[in-house]
Amino acid sequence: MTRFMEEAAIESMAEKVGDIMRNAFVFNIDGVGVKGKDGQTIMDAADQAGIYIPRLCDVEGLEPQGSCRVCTVKVNGRPAAACTQPAAEGIEVENETLEIFNWRRDLIRMLFHEGNHLCPICEASGRCELQAMAYRLGIFQPAKYPYLQPVRPIDASHPDIMLDTNRCIRCGRCIRASKDIDGKNVFGYVGRGMHKRVGVNGKNLAQTNVHLDDRAIALETCPVGCIIRKGLGFFTPIGQREFDRAPIGSTIEKAVLKRGKK
Amino acid sequence: MKKRLATVSLAGCFGCHMSFLDIDERILDLMKLVQFDRSPLNDFKKFKKRCDIGLIEGGCCNEENVHTLREFRKNCDVLVAIGQCAIMGGLPVMRNAIMHAEDPLRECLDTAYLNSPTVFNASNDIPNDPALPLLLDKVYTCAEVVKVDYQIPGCPPSGDTFWLAMTFLLKGTAADLPYELIKYD
Repeated sequence: MTRFMEEAAIESMAEKVGDIMRNAFVFNIDGVGVKGKDGQTIMDAADQAGIYIPRLCDVEGLEPQGSCRVCTVKVNGRPAAACTQPAAEGIEVENETLEIFNWRRDLIRMLFHEGNHLCPICEASGRCELQAMAYRLGIFQPAKYPYLQPVRPIDASHPDIMLDTNRCIRCGRCIRASKDIDGKNVFGYVGRGMHKRVGVNGKNLAQTNVHLDDRAIALETCPVGCIIRKGLGFFTPIGQREFDRAPIGSTIEKAVLKRGKK
Repeated sequence: MKKRLATVSLAGCFGCHMSFLDIDERILDLMKLVQFDRSPLNDFKKFKKRCDIGLIEGGCCNEENVHTLREFRKNCDVLVAIGQCAIMGGLPVMRNAIMHAEDPLRECLDTAYLNSPTVFNASNDIPNDPALPLLLDKVYTCAEVVKVDYQIPGCPPSGDTFWLAMTFLLKGTAADLPYELIKYD
């Protein structure tokens, strides 16, 4: 079934892209042929073909950074981050093997255990990408890691925006959005190793030039509930939230299904 | 022979037990297969016999919780942590990480009994009766105190989740929950 979906998708894609596709080449993801072109990463090509590679630190519109490692795939037998690894002709990519599945589950679990991710009280619950990824990867059995329960600061100084860094997973999406799109550098990494955290360009958030219209503050930028808009809490009822019905990544898988039918 | 089932609510809100009753009339089918031992549902305070399955709601916030949990581990073959409080501490665990607090427990009690704007406490006392179980320095998850075999996430897990999990547990296997039933909230 998926094989049919992808073939149909590739055909329609080829029509659309036309001349640019002269540089096109084919490589394999889990043994299925996928078309890529020069300059594309493995993840770009997989997205176009309707193959979802799980990711947290990468989001459409921002430069990929390759830091969360959830998108790790095996390229010709070697692990690589699919969001930064360029696609190339004839490479063999493994995406949905048990080994990689278990790597991803462990990564997500460690993120849950390293911060304070209290889903029952979190405003982002239901649209949180970390939570949705745990759902998609089926994490519900006891893990082998202890909960670190760190004490991290909360910054409620700004009238419209609040930062709860207990939930930060240091994906750097707000940093890249602020730097590349807003041109403001409101957010940045501070510290090293496990003490690395996201800091703001000022004593607190109120003293920066951050604005509600910034891309860094947009709801789709923060994958967890770290950047919260004041006065907007729990705006979607339970049952209608983004990931209540469909798993994360299903839009990518469905988009190709639609194109294929046309 | 019927399997023996014991349940308890530690540092939880009883929501998981309420949700357990959301299996509605299916509880009649369940009663054909299980015999309730120690449980707040039948108000038995002590174990009668060794149990096959023990369901734990809530984590450990005082010494009585720890004693009860250890007793459950001693008397149950399979111990299942039910709900987010038992799995990762849930809402009570918020008192572990209070920003700028040297002593989070003291700060928590002060805010609850002394400093909150709506508190009327003329004697300025924090409850300290010998009959009250001693609070622990922080809230511990079940897995930090005893070995936990399985866990069922949710706040609370829905009646359907309970039903499916019970069918798996009675078969003696780990529950394989579908996407719709895995919830952390």
